[in-house]
Amino acid sequence: MIDVDIEQQLGAFHLTARFAADAPIVGLFGRSGAGKTSVINAIAGIAKPLRGHIRINDVFLFDAARSIDLPPEQRRVGYVFQDALLFPHMDVESNLLYGQRLREPEDRVIDEARVIELLGLKPLLQRRPRTLSGGEKQRVAIGRALLAQPRILLMDEPLAALDIPRKSEILDYIERLRDELGIPIVYVSHSVAEISRLADIVVVLSDGKALAVGEVDEIMGRLDLRPATGRYEAGSLLETRVAAHDIADQLTRLSFEGGELVVPHLNAAIGERVRARIRARDVSLATERPTGISILNVLPGRVTAIDTATGPIVDVQLAIGSTPLGARITRRSLQQLGVHVGQDVYALVKAVSFDRRSVGYA
Amino acid sequence: MLGLSPDEVGILALSLRVALVSVIVSLPLAILVAYGLARFSFPGKTLVDAIVHLPLVLPPVVVGFALLVLFGKRGPIGSALDEWFGIVFAFRWTGAALASSIMGFPLMVRAIRLSLEAIDQRLEVAARTLGGSRSWVFASVTLPLALPGIVTGTLLSFARGLGEFGATITFVSNIPGETQTLPLAIYTFTQAPGGDAQALRLSVIAVVLSVVALAVSEWLTRRTARIQGDDRR
Repeated sequence: MIDVDIEQQLGAFHLTARFAADAPIVGLFGRSGAGKTSVINAIAGIAKPLRGHIRINDVFLFDAARSIDLPPEQRRVGYVFQDALLFPHMDVESNLLYGQRLREPEDRVIDEARVIELLGLKPLLQRRPRTLSGGEKQRVAIGRALLAQPRILLMDEPLAALDIPRKSEILDYIERLRDELGIPIVYVSHSVAEISRLADIVVVLSDGKALAVGEVDEIMGRLDLRPATGRYEAGSLLETRVAAHDIADQLTRLSFEGGELVVPHLNAAIGERVRARIRARDVSLATERPTGISILNVLPGRVTAIDTATGPIVDVQLAIGSTPLGARITRRSLQQLGVHVGQDVYALVKAVSFDRRSVGYA
Repeated sequence: MLGLSPDEVGILALSLRVALVSVIVSLPLAILVAYGLARFSFPGKTLVDAIVHLPLVLPPVVVGFALLVLFGKRGPIGSALDEWFGIVFAFRWTGAALASSIMGFPLMVRAIRLSLEAIDQRLEVAARTLGGSRSWVFASVTLPLALPGIVTGTLLSFARGLGEFGATITFVSNIPGETQTLPLAIYTFTQAPGGDAQALRLSVIAVVLSVVALAVSEWLTRRTARIQGDDRR
């Protein structure tokens, strides 16, 4: 349980953040300059808010009314920085143990061997930080933060400095941590793909204000948050289960309430929960079931809402059974097809539009 | 020893002792002052900075004279130290060490300050979030990362101490066996008739000493680079 209600002045920038969330991963989402880092700096005790409080479970880290302001070293908040910030004068092993050595033995719940195993750090232990790749540095930084025995882990755009294959690798590691260690994570990112894949609860920040707090699929689907969540990346999240693997064609079938999706092969067991993100611009509409096309996912559904904004592009909200799905089409197509609310349509989604970052284990 | 006369060995030993004691005593203060100047802004910072740098620009004789006035037997600081702690600087080797400290201090502070300013302060923030108190972070992150500057500053100040002449001779005079360091001895021989041969011998010693100091400095710099993680293992 994380409970934040703070006000802070940073030069000309005024931050008012108020949210409470109880979830394995809380996503802090917003464009750059929205105040995301300021919020987690306040949680870590690096910056001091003007008023309000910060609480993790039943421990107040900060409470202006009662003059509580724990110094960073007493907060037990693990902070993973964008650029890792490993100590250059120590090898990987000393970096990992820096925080652990400063905790009382009885507080050492997270075991060193376990973290080294989870993050695959064994071959790196004797290396120096400057000889590590970006992905390796970030793994060491996560391990170092975990071994300091935190109550909560803060991650500030941990993938920002990495290339795409490394991003996907670190995402896998973060999912393992969530599943195996049970430490709540606050994950800061401006990437819809990362937030959609990892977060359970999302806090949307814009211009120093928390605009909305809610379940990730609800928030990412909301048309009114598009200015903050971004038009280009807008999309829907589907909670699915692995129904079957088609070994010959290397495809995986995912079932959800209202239908089935075909995606490129996923390394997951039958019945496992998987979250799939579909960008609205990857969804086309047809008024009749099309034949003779390459698109594998043809989902029958109904139009529930049409974006009223003017312009050449229109967002159409659909329901596939009970599952909401957004589609983005041109205004001309909307008019030519005569799409209206309540109409039955077919949503077309190319299987190849799913990549490793848009499908993850939930 | 090494073909040196007992007098020469005495002069060499005294010079080394004066320079060594001067850097050992001034190092902690230099680190403190450098840290204050590098990390904090406070009223009078420019003044402190100027005072620290003064020995670098003043004629050494002026520094020596100021020391004589302040730390002499009847000077305000000198008499107090003598009375309370029994510490006497005037005409003692300790006075020569004090003069060396002050002349080398700006070099030491500058080098350490540059090194401190080059440290990414977010590393210290990271260490705090990992559970390190302010002082522990200073000892475990800041100091090791400032080591190149500390080594350079110490060596510069040590070399400056070995060569100190003007402030020393003004403050503690030129007493053989007590305050007559290598440069003072060389000067004395050049002033005496027929002393050129002795002056030359001592000058050779001074050259050898400088070369050794440079070699040690080079070796230390490489070692600290390794501690810093700058090697490409």
